[in-house]
Amino acid sequence: MHRFLSLGLAIVAATMFTGADWLQFRSADTTGIAQGPTPPVSWSEDENVAWKAELPGRGLSGAIVIGDRVIVTASSGFEQDRLHVLCFSDKTGEKLWERQFWATGRTQTHKKMCVVTPTPASDGKHIFAFFSSNDLVCLDLAGDLMWYRALGRDFPNASNSLGMASSPILVDETLIVQVESDDDAFATGINIETGIARWKIDRPNKANWTSPALLKGGANDGGNLVLLQSSKGVSAILPRTGKQLWSYDEGASTIPSSVVRGNTVFVPSHGITALRPVPGGESAPELLWQQSSLAPSTASPFVYDSHLFTVNRAGVVACADLKTGKRLWQLRLKGPFTSSPVAAGGHLFFFNEKGLGQVVKPGAKSGTIAGEGDLGETILATPAIANGAVYVRSDGHLWKIAK
Amino acid sequence: MQHKFRVLFSFVVLAGAMTTTGFAAEKTEALLKTIKSVGDRGQGNLAATRAQRALSKVDAAELPTILQAFKGADPLASNWLRGAVESIADRELKQGGKLPVSELVAFVVERKNVPRARRLAFELLQRVDGKKAESLVPAMLDDPSPELRREAVSRLIDAAKGLEDEGNKEGATTVYSKALSGAVEDDQVKAIVAPLKKLGTKVDLPRHFGFLTQWSIVGPFDNRDRVGFAAVYPPEKSVDLKASYKGQLGDVKWAPISTGDDYGLVDIAKKIKNYKGSTMYATADFFSDRKQTVEIRIGTPNSWKLWVNGKLKFAREEYHRGMKLDQYKVQAIELEPGRNAILFKICQNEQTDSWAQRYQFQIRVCDTTGTAILSDDKLRTSLREQPTSKRRLAVK
Repeated sequence: MHRFLSLGLAIVAATMFTGADWLQFRSADTTGIAQGPTPPVSWSEDENVAWKAELPGRGLSGAIVIGDRVIVTASSGFEQDRLHVLCFSDKTGEKLWERQFWATGRTQTHKKMCVVTPTPASDGKHIFAFFSSNDLVCLDLAGDLMWYRALGRDFPNASNSLGMASSPILVDETLIVQVESDDDAFATGINIETGIARWKIDRPNKANWTSPALLKGGANDGGNLVLLQSSKGVSAILPRTGKQLWSYDEGASTIPSSVVRGNTVFVPSHGITALRPVPGGESAPELLWQQSSLAPSTASPFVYDSHLFTVNRAGVVACADLKTGKRLWQLRLKGPFTSSPVAAGGHLFFFNEKGLGQVVKPGAKSGTIAGEGDLGETILATPAIANGAVYVRSDGHLWKIAK
Repeated sequence: MQHKFRVLFSFVVLAGAMTTTGFAAEKTEALLKTIKSVGDRGQGNLAATRAQRALSKVDAAELPTILQAFKGADPLASNWLRGAVESIADRELKQGGKLPVSELVAFVVERKNVPRARRLAFELLQRVDGKKAESLVPAMLDDPSPELRREAVSRLIDAAKGLEDEGNKEGATTVYSKALSGAVEDDQVKAIVAPLKKLGTKVDLPRHFGFLTQWSIVGPFDNRDRVGFAAVYPPEKSVDLKASYKGQLGDVKWAPISTGDDYGLVDIAKKIKNYKGSTMYATADFFSDRKQTVEIRIGTPNSWKLWVNGKLKFAREEYHRGMKLDQYKVQAIELEPGRNAILFKICQNEQTDSWAQRYQFQIRVCDTTGTAILSDDKLRTSLREQPTSKRRLAVK
């Protein structure tokens, strides 16, 4: 009895939240911005690396931070069919627990991708780990399984031989999961308590690697909307029902995802297209501007302060005015980039595929490189930032970069 | 009197313990039954989640019972059970407890147990008694669990490399050949075949993997605007190798096509023509000496449909998203004794990109471990006298 009590207290103590958690792909509000202190702007093996933990396998998924715990997923095995969910102590980097599962859906991917591309999501109490095989796992923070869904068995043709990448996001106690391929394609809203779908809607039959974005207060009643992007454009849906309120139908990219600032949506479409939903209505959103020169490559566009940032195929960061789309300045970084940039404390953090982190201090007229850090391993995953620390993973390691 | 009291007391204690154990076992069985009832689309989740919470807290002594419960559990339920096993084992070890090593060993060794559950037991064993786990590996070369046999193959590859480095060619060849007998995953097969080739031993890879290399093929039929995938052309109604059909570019007839490719690749674009916006049909006979369940594994960058003995087994409309060995695993294919007719429909689209020009497939027959199941050539010969030119396949 005493042992159980001690364990229970340890879990409670370990999961006291600071309010600055990084709970899903591009953070809880899908902006990629963290509050709190500025993380280090330069690092090396000997400097500003709080800890480095070994991982059992590949992953393009980002870490998430829940209180004193850092969660990351990985895959192993010749066919990438062993799925791992790992929990580390934020303080020490010690592995607190690991759970493994057998993939129930297809695990084939392009060699650059892997079955662990979607980033997990959390409500602060549970972990929702999703994989390219369409396995969806819910664990509590102690690592106990709450429920398991095998969407690849339920919908065997919703797969992509290059791999699936869309990260689920959590909105209004509903996990929004986009599963879109050339054959079967759908989105579903999963009740996080039960693992059962509240709704499921058909989506365009075209391979799609984008992730949903959150439009806070975008519904008529002030509730949230979820933006589902595809080759056809963007659909704004209610998270509890899947009902579409409006759509933008002029096409969009199938790799970088839309980003939101306030009530404006920046869509990777015709370069970048800025949309403003019509207040209280269900009609098409107002098109504010389109700027073809801002076309992003793989990394998603990003809004920080009053500026929009994109990264092109050549590794050039473009900074544009949010209101007009006018390009204000450019800065060439060492690319290429697969991961999306994130920000905190007035700095933007970019990690290229070779593992070089480049920290940009953006200004009104120019951007400067404030610092760098080379981790020396391939990095394709989007980092997390929480409480003044950057968390980034390769196929072999997870680092906490902190002072 | 005092003695009688002690006997009575002992009996009461024993009975109580047995009842408690009995209740615990009964409770665990009920939890396992509930968890194994989870179904597609979240059916049974509510009850299973409650049961999972309780099951994750049972004593580690119950682990063998849970491992036994993998019998009859589908892949979804197996993951629920795996979650419980790992939670229980983790908790026990963190609290300084022990896992039931001898029961785990017995469970791993017994091949009648479910392969995945045995692998899980093996992994638990690795955590608590690595030496014991390692001692079990050499006997796993032909294990029903591909994950376990991989361990044995890996050890043999290492041993063969050592012999090769020492200049013991004969010994290395023997050990590599032994490793190959258990190897089912392509990376290990490649790691064996390359040195064997250097050592002067050629491996029949199509036979090792079970590729179908002899086909009859007909086409092209129309697939412009991707109409061909859904269209039902005559070969889908019946396969008549002597028939002539109206095709996309005129009358078409079945023609034999074979492949000598190590990986069974039938390259339509190279051997026939890369008809853009077209559909082709390929058929092959597979002779089975008994009723058996197999997997048919397919690799193709094109859209496809597969029928076995006239029954549609799977259809996939995806073009040029890559090709890989065992890209698709069509499971639980029931083969009948004698001749089994395999019909494969393959569609090429009209993309002009340089990376979208492949028109090819590879198909193999194997068991769930990936071990080849070969067509019975003797049966083929004995049945050759029977008329084979016309096979009516009812579409279902």
